[in-house]
Amino acid sequence: MTAEDGRTKPAASASTDLHADPGVEHGEPTADRPVRLTETAQQRDRARTIYEKSQPGRRAFVAPELDVPRRDGLLPDRFRRTEPAKLPEIAEPEIVRHYNRLSKRNFDLDTGFYPLGSCTMKHNPKLHERVAALPGNARLHPLQHPRRAQGALRLMWELQSALGEVAGLPHVSLQPSAGSHGELAGVLLTRAYHEDRGERRTKVLTPDTAHGTNPATVTMAGFEVVKVGTNDRGGVDVEDLRARAADDVACLMLTNPNTLGLFDTAIEEIAHIVHDAGATLYYDGANLNAVMGRTRPGDMGFDIVHFNLHKTFTQPHGGGGPGAGPIAVSDRIEPYIPRPQVVRREPGNGAGPSFDLDFDRPKSIGRLRGFQGNYGVFVRSYAYILSLGCDGLQEASETAVLNANYLMARLAETAGEHLPVAYDRTCMHEFVLTGGPMKKALGIRTLDLAKRLLDFGFHPPTVYFPLLVDEALLVEPTETETRETLDAFAEAVGEILSEAADDPETARSAPYTTPVRRLDEAGAAKRPVIRQPL
Amino acid sequence: MLAAVGAASIDELFADVPERLRLGRPLDLPAGKPEQEVYGYLRGLAAMNVSTEDEVSFLGAGMYDHYVPSLIDSIITRSEFLTPYTPYQPEISQGGLQVMFEYQTAISELTGLPVSNASVYEGPSALAAAGYLARLHHPARTRFLVSRGVHPHSRETLATTSVGWGTTIEEIGLSDGATDAGALDAALSDEVSAVFLQYPNFLGAVEDLEALVPAAKAAGALVIVQCDPLGLGILRPPGDFGVDVAVGEGQTLGNRLDFGGPSFGFFAAQQAYLRRMPGRIAGETTDVDGRRGFVLTLQTREQHIRREKATHNICTAQALNALAGVIYLSWLGREGLVELSELLLQRTAYAREALAGVEGVEPLHSQPVVREFAVTLDADVEQVIERCAAEGVNPGYPLGRDYPELSNGLLVALTEQRSRADIDRLARTLQAAVRDTVPA
Repeated sequence: MTAEDGRTKPAASASTDLHADPGVEHGEPTADRPVRLTETAQQRDRARTIYEKSQPGRRAFVAPELDVPRRDGLLPDRFRRTEPAKLPEIAEPEIVRHYNRLSKRNFDLDTGFYPLGSCTMKHNPKLHERVAALPGNARLHPLQHPRRAQGALRLMWELQSALGEVAGLPHVSLQPSAGSHGELAGVLLTRAYHEDRGERRTKVLTPDTAHGTNPATVTMAGFEVVKVGTNDRGGVDVEDLRARAADDVACLMLTNPNTLGLFDTAIEEIAHIVHDAGATLYYDGANLNAVMGRTRPGDMGFDIVHFNLHKTFTQPHGGGGPGAGPIAVSDRIEPYIPRPQVVRREPGNGAGPSFDLDFDRPKSIGRLRGFQGNYGVFVRSYAYILSLGCDGLQEASETAVLNANYLMARLAETAGEHLPVAYDRTCMHEFVLTGGPMKKALGIRTLDLAKRLLDFGFHPPTVYFPLLVDEALLVEPTETETRETLDAFAEAVGEILSEAADDPETARSAPYTTPVRRLDEAGAAKRPVIRQPL
Repeated sequence: MLAAVGAASIDELFADVPERLRLGRPLDLPAGKPEQEVYGYLRGLAAMNVSTEDEVSFLGAGMYDHYVPSLIDSIITRSEFLTPYTPYQPEISQGGLQVMFEYQTAISELTGLPVSNASVYEGPSALAAAGYLARLHHPARTRFLVSRGVHPHSRETLATTSVGWGTTIEEIGLSDGATDAGALDAALSDEVSAVFLQYPNFLGAVEDLEALVPAAKAAGALVIVQCDPLGLGILRPPGDFGVDVAVGEGQTLGNRLDFGGPSFGFFAAQQAYLRRMPGRIAGETTDVDGRRGFVLTLQTREQHIRREKATHNICTAQALNALAGVIYLSWLGREGLVELSELLLQRTAYAREALAGVEGVEPLHSQPVVREFAVTLDADVEQVIERCAAEGVNPGYPLGRDYPELSNGLLVALTEQRSRADIDRLARTLQAAVRDTVPA
């Protein structure tokens, strides 16, 4: 999918599976070739599931020889499955072909621009896959004795130290599996902290701009959500906060820069209000990519921070995970962090330090999951930190902010009339546009713009979030994009708006060039078919 | 670019950061390094670990050293699967969405339950997520009953996660290695929200679900079973017993050990809980031209739509690991899964008998086992493990770390990568180690 393809005028709402498959030459419309209107056999084939390709008797697996005497009756019949699970019967070449074909129906970061706000879709360096796959990492059992896992524990300890330095908070637990899991850890830590002081607090404050995971986490941890308003500059409404920061408030969960991409200039005052109320201040680290080496959540007064290693620290997102959501905390929260904790021990006899898992943490909230966390993710993120180093991390954030401001300025030129920025300020690593004027003047919605962008070979920005901006588009270009890519995106948006001025229907019915076109999501939810009938 | 922005310097872009909060110094981290040096350093760290390639390992206890076929690496490192985000734009995410649909089908088949989501983080937190489902389903009930045969990490994760739910956790003890049905019966009441079991349990014993499930159901409690998906090749699936929710650790399905993660957790349930499920679910639909396609569905359960009323806070899960899982199950295939499970059953029985023949080693229980079993040693277990390690054998997991009452216990796991010769070597090594170690 390239920008050129998208400029081809589509045959309105015709059934075109034009160039869904970048590896297939046929079917792509060009200036001197007519648009193909019918599907090829291969294109139709790609929506068949692996179960539909199954044929009795086919297989890939060759079982190791049964090298022990076979014994009957090991498992009483009432424990035995009577009919095998209906898994596919299929040979290796067809498995490989099936999934390779499916892969070509995905858009991915390694192929194109992915300015998905709040998701930090930066380049995933290829070295990381190589080091994670080393047998000493990939085939290390999680219950191996610490004496025989010194390399892994040392890596985790060094990563803890590095993340603590970036956050400006000294104590790090790597255990949580993703950002939302880190948030849960944070709210449970807050509960443990207050209870240890003999206090029962029942409410957690979240701004109305917060990620959905924040309020969901609060409820899951057994607290009540109280919303805090946003002022006309996009920051926390400090007076509203002051009014709500009562002595039953346990915590304020905040993102800074917030989900509007704006740094809250009142952060010191916010921290004072929260701390004066006896509450903790939680930092949603989804937006940490804006500030590395420039400012630190710990210095702003935050008590607890989570990191999204799959955002800021380049763990590939995998189409929906895996990630990792380590947390960093202040001294007063430290006694409660999850166990086990990776620690460094100094033997004091002239020998070098050793690394261990410390389970003896009586005030710990306990485990949040099995074993020690997503170690494979730690390897990749630590490789990133080692590669960039102190200067590189800072430069990454600076470039992310520069790229965002540049793209915001370019979009103001190409699309500003109908798609203005929601808060006209210097942004940090991302910014929000409002599609309200576009909807009114051109008759197309943000969703239509997003779908038309697919025809231009771009992943659209995050749409309809944050909720308080009408027809929102949240744009996060990241630091690993070139100026040329940013220019091309700004021009594509401009072109779509010009097109809509003459012919809004083209955007309303987009996309045309993707493997499928707009899907019936309401129908899918009304009559859910969530597995293959077999 | 600065000119286009209208700023004189990068510093100007950070003007909103109050003066006092600016770091004003470089981060206290080493300078960046070229790729080959980073590789060299991390390779050196990896070489300090003793992996399952360096010793004959019988460690299991939740993660197992199965062979990961090469086609999995080949497919999951394709950038089209490795580098996209969660499929928010279905028109350009059909590959990943169809994979989720195929995965859900496979998990549904394995567990015998009609509804599966597209993955959660991993095993123990999957069990805790099932606890949250029970809490939403039975808001007035306040007791969880948890078998002591449930993985210690799962029990602890449930306790950590549920601290604000107003529920108490009571353990149901074991009798000859399996959940004590009489104790469960005695503990059940109409205040019990859910009963948690593991199948086979942490000590390897195949729990008699036929004896345990009906009583719990009769009391109106949800039955939540954590299971090993590979064992389900030959074990009757939880759905057959009327279990409400089946969860578990998916590592055994084509995912490497990775010192504990990333892997994936699976979460399957009866139809009645469809709208209370945590996490992503892919569903089949059609596009405007009538073509078959897949979307994320029932999203009104989820945090980004429902916010504080969501059924769970999970956002990023384990899509790539679940992909490895469904590729693995396709590679094994219908017959292969049964053959592999049967091989584990036979080798485990052989190993159990071989170790029972070693002086100073006794079976810990007499329950049927599939891939893992427990023994007691007439010697200090940690010391025995050290002696075996010196001989290049990792004999298993010391149960005393989690079960003080089983301080002499050792949990031994088999995979298809441990041959009869390996088992014979384990028996010899263990014999010498027990003989040479003072009793505990």
